Amino acid sequence: MQNALQIVYLIPLFPLIGFLVIGLGRKNMSKPVISIIGCGTILASLVMSIWVFIQVKGGNIHVAEYFNFISVGNLHIPFAFQVDQLSALFLLIITGVGFLIHVYSTSYMKEEKPEHFGRYFSYLNLFVFSMLLLVMGANFVILFIGWEGVGLCSYLLIGYWFKNNDYNKAANKAFIMNRIGDLAFLIAIFWLINRLGTVSYSEVFSPENLAKLKGSDITIITLLLFVGAAGKSAQIPLYTWLPDAMAGPTPVSALIHAATMVTAGIYMIARSNLLYSLSAVSMNVVAIVGLATAILAATIALKQNDIKKVLAYSTVSQLGYMFLGLGVGAYSAGVFHVMTHAFFKALLFLAAGSVIHAMGGEQDIRKMGGLSKKIRITYITFLIGCIAIAGIPPFSGFFSKDAILLATYEKSPVLYGIALFGALLTAFYMFRLLFIAFTGQFRGTEDQKHHLHESPSPITIPLIILAILSIIGGLVGIPEVFMKGGDKLGEFLSPVIAPQHGHVIAASTEYMLMILSTVLVLAMVVLAWFRFRNYKSREETGLGKVLENKWYVDELYEKIIVNPLDKLAAFFNSIFEKDVIDGLVNGVGKAVNYGSRQLRLLQSGQVGSYVLLMVLSMLVLFIVQFFLRK
Amino acid sequence: MIAVLLILIPLLTGFATFFIKNERTAKAWTLFSAMITLVIAVLGLTLLKEEKYLQFSAEWLPSLNSSFSVKLDGMGQLLCLLNGIAYPLVLIATWKKSYSKAHNFFALMLLAQAGMMGVFLAMDALLFYFFWELALIPMYFICSQWGGEKRIAVTFKFFIYTFVGSLLMLVGILIVYAKTPLHSFSLDSFYHASMSAKEQQGVFWLFFAAFAIKMPVFPLHTWQPDTYEQSPTATTMILSGVMVKMGVFGLLRWLFPVMPFASFEWADFITPLALLGAVYASLIAIKQDDLKRLVAYSSIAHMGLMCAAAFAQNSSGIQGVMIQMFNHGINIIGLWIVVELIERQFGTRKISELGGLAQKAPAMAALLVIVALANIALPLTNAFPGEFLMFNGIFGSVTNYNVWFTVLAGLGVIFGAVYMLNMIRKVFYGNTNELTQKAMDIGLNEKLALGVIVIIIFWMGIYPQFLLNETMPVTDSITNKIQMVLQTYKKH
Repeated sequence: MQNALQIVYLIPLFPLIGFLVIGLGRKNMSKPVISIIGCGTILASLVMSIWVFIQVKGGNIHVAEYFNFISVGNLHIPFAFQVDQLSALFLLIITGVGFLIHVYSTSYMKEEKPEHFGRYFSYLNLFVFSMLLLVMGANFVILFIGWEGVGLCSYLLIGYWFKNNDYNKAANKAFIMNRIGDLAFLIAIFWLINRLGTVSYSEVFSPENLAKLKGSDITIITLLLFVGAAGKSAQIPLYTWLPDAMAGPTPVSALIHAATMVTAGIYMIARSNLLYSLSAVSMNVVAIVGLATAILAATIALKQNDIKKVLAYSTVSQLGYMFLGLGVGAYSAGVFHVMTHAFFKALLFLAAGSVIHAMGGEQDIRKMGGLSKKIRITYITFLIGCIAIAGIPPFSGFFSKDAILLATYEKSPVLYGIALFGALLTAFYMFRLLFIAFTGQFRGTEDQKHHLHESPSPITIPLIILAILSIIGGLVGIPEVFMKGGDKLGEFLSPVIAPQHGHVIAASTEYMLMILSTVLVLAMVVLAWFRFRNYKSREETGLGKVLENKWYVDELYEKIIVNPLDKLAAFFNSIFEKDVIDGLVNGVGKAVNYGSRQLRLLQSGQVGSYVLLMVLSMLVLFIVQFFLRK
Repeated sequence: MIAVLLILIPLLTGFATFFIKNERTAKAWTLFSAMITLVIAVLGLTLLKEEKYLQFSAEWLPSLNSSFSVKLDGMGQLLCLLNGIAYPLVLIATWKKSYSKAHNFFALMLLAQAGMMGVFLAMDALLFYFFWELALIPMYFICSQWGGEKRIAVTFKFFIYTFVGSLLMLVGILIVYAKTPLHSFSLDSFYHASMSAKEQQGVFWLFFAAFAIKMPVFPLHTWQPDTYEQSPTATTMILSGVMVKMGVFGLLRWLFPVMPFASFEWADFITPLALLGAVYASLIAIKQDDLKRLVAYSSIAHMGLMCAAAFAQNSSGIQGVMIQMFNHGINIIGLWIVVELIERQFGTRKISELGGLAQKAPAMAALLVIVALANIALPLTNAFPGEFLMFNGIFGSVTNYNVWFTVLAGLGVIFGAVYMLNMIRKVFYGNTNELTQKAMDIGLNEKLALGVIVIIIFWMGIYPQFLLNETMPVTDSITNKIQMVLQTYKKH
């Protein structure tokens, strides 16, 4: 076995087997067995992914066709995998972070009954499987299969505690909102099939085919793909499902927000970068929607009191930055941010889980406070996560965010200004969260205070590993001004993502921008410290209340989409169907009924009447035949 | 031989069943017959897949130039297989259900099976019409004898509706017959009937009325929810799983190739009608509290989509429809099995009275969720490839509105997710109530039936090419025929 690429199908196969074994056998398995299988399959995939990564780094890429998935007329859609630089990187993120989340879950979910414990791990394995399928597919249809698969898994896991109806509703919302995006994605696929007759990456992105496409086609296809991406990666207007998705167990949130699911949209656009680069309109739309989402979500995060909700909105906001990066043409910067974000967001969610665990299930930060002394490791790792996401050098978030900001500046200083403003908000709300939860006086019950404890090692070790990655993860993309050839990641991805050829800004300007953003971010941290170190909760008013209620977007959707549709459905059901259509039918029926005594006899369902009719129809037959005779 | 046996076995065993007075024996006999039919259908698809076995022709009404001519082609294979699989599944799943005068019930069910087989096999228009009626008549009797409270009124509606459709079709058949060069009812002569584009316009509607009612297409659908609701569930399974496919089948075999001009001309009118109907039915399904009616409206929505995709008249659309006829049949039978289980156990089908079943019946919940997800065409389940191809077909159809048609179809799919997931949430998730407190999980019979369905769901979802290869030649011949005609059409 010289070449890992020959057996690359094992990577998704391991978690699939894990899903099947645990899913079918969970009733006869103990929790340790389930844990070992659940984590073991992902570990195996991780090892394979590292091996594959090394091979790909050596310059090998691999496309393997396994069988004909759908082949009709001129349309051939093979079940095929493609492993290149982009997918290899995603494989590492998915299996690496995914594995840590699995390990963490073995402890976090230990109170569950074995059967539900097994259900949980089987879903988790299926989730990773779908995501692997998504990034390994060699064409848009296989991508779509994984795409819908992660949608399904998020549905299953958000509604994991299925006794709670609100959770189930959140699960439905996630699935249905994703479906709206998926429809746009599907139409983009049909558009490609219609114009090019193929969906395989290697063919779609070939220079001949790209040249064949009209400009308007490219714009429409890329915009449709982006709508799909907006659904999966929670961008305006399809972002509201993601904050609700925190109804699932906390490690699931980490999985959805960091390693899988939401990064799918970024992957898809990065994958299609050759297509996007041909449409200035789509690029602008992606950049502007991304930036708008980044700001909107950041403002909402300012006033949230649920620890997971703050993190959820921060994900929406960070995803906005990634799209901004993609939109200004800095694809590898967008992917870079996916990677660093995976580290610190998984860290933050898992640390939040540790906090929630310590607090006996409490998620409201107003009832926390002063936790830093009690749960030391959780506190320090959470702090590292905050520094990383805020973009303070030399932590990972700084490098990836800086790359995006810089590319934005090159495109437009105005957009840069807005993006920088958002970055300041990020620093502010994250440190607000940190200070309210971890400093000041404890505001919970005596009972909770008594039970405060640090989590066991299956929880703290993943936290520590992720903390280290959050610190050093940025070093793969050091800006060129610091070090010639420092952007290792961009270099690695260059076969898939063509490097930028835009004008390069002066080194002095670049330094200036970095210093500016760093100083301002630090100022925000200080500001947050003074405002929140001795936090006392109070009623929000005015704008604060609007933000606390998330700009009332959910209510708006309810009013302008859900309710009218519901009313329409009710009208169709109780009036239109019964009175109009059926009324008409019955009217005709009555007329016929009166008109024909023979037919009316049939009402009784008597054999005799039927025979009569049969004879009559035969008569008709013979008469007709008589006339047709020549 | 295979083709004849597929009709003869259910027909003869059906007649014999009338004389088996013991209910258990009648049931076992029916299952035995259904299994043999299934084996023969499978043989026709595998070991004995040779022209000489799949074709049969004999004189029937020579004076009319009508012959007993049957043939098992790719599309027939799939539908006969569906018919063959459906019966054992239904019988096993409803094994515990008891009927008064059971022998009559089972006899009529088998006769209907013979009728449907004949419809899928007939290569002669008169024979096709004969079997079409043979399939329907037993169903009228069953609905009126073994149906629910409102059965008489409902059966009346069902009967009038479909019978009017059949009569119109008969008139259509006779008109085409008059136009055939040799005055023959054979399919081939129908395909060569010389009708101008103008002549086709009127006759088209005579045929389409029958098929549209059978599918049913909006606004001719109101007989269906009532009939499904009132019929015994075993019958409903067959009606919705197999029989409605006769409508779509009719389009593909007897309408498009015979009247290509008119089919092409009217596509722009029928496609939006069918799709609007699908969206409309999906919206109504969201509002249903009765499980049977929910599934019924879901079926209307799916059939509307199939109708629209068929009218795309390109290879993607038609291939999609062909495999979807099979897969939809399998999935909807799966849904009915769960509905039947729930009704038998709790004496109600009201969604609002149920809840929390997943706690008490995890196996049932898991199986239902899989079937429901297949029903909303999740990738790697059997409905996805069909739906994908159908959408692609609609998108690629020769019309200026193709994008909008696809979006419309997509709306139906989104609403489909809404009603399915809401149903799962309300029936299976949440907390138990007094009624569902003592719920039991599914028994062996149902597990077996649903297990088979789940296997088919994944098999056909992961490797749909198995079915696609089967139907490819038929699709090609239909699309070639359409293409040829359209090319001459363009020249004019």
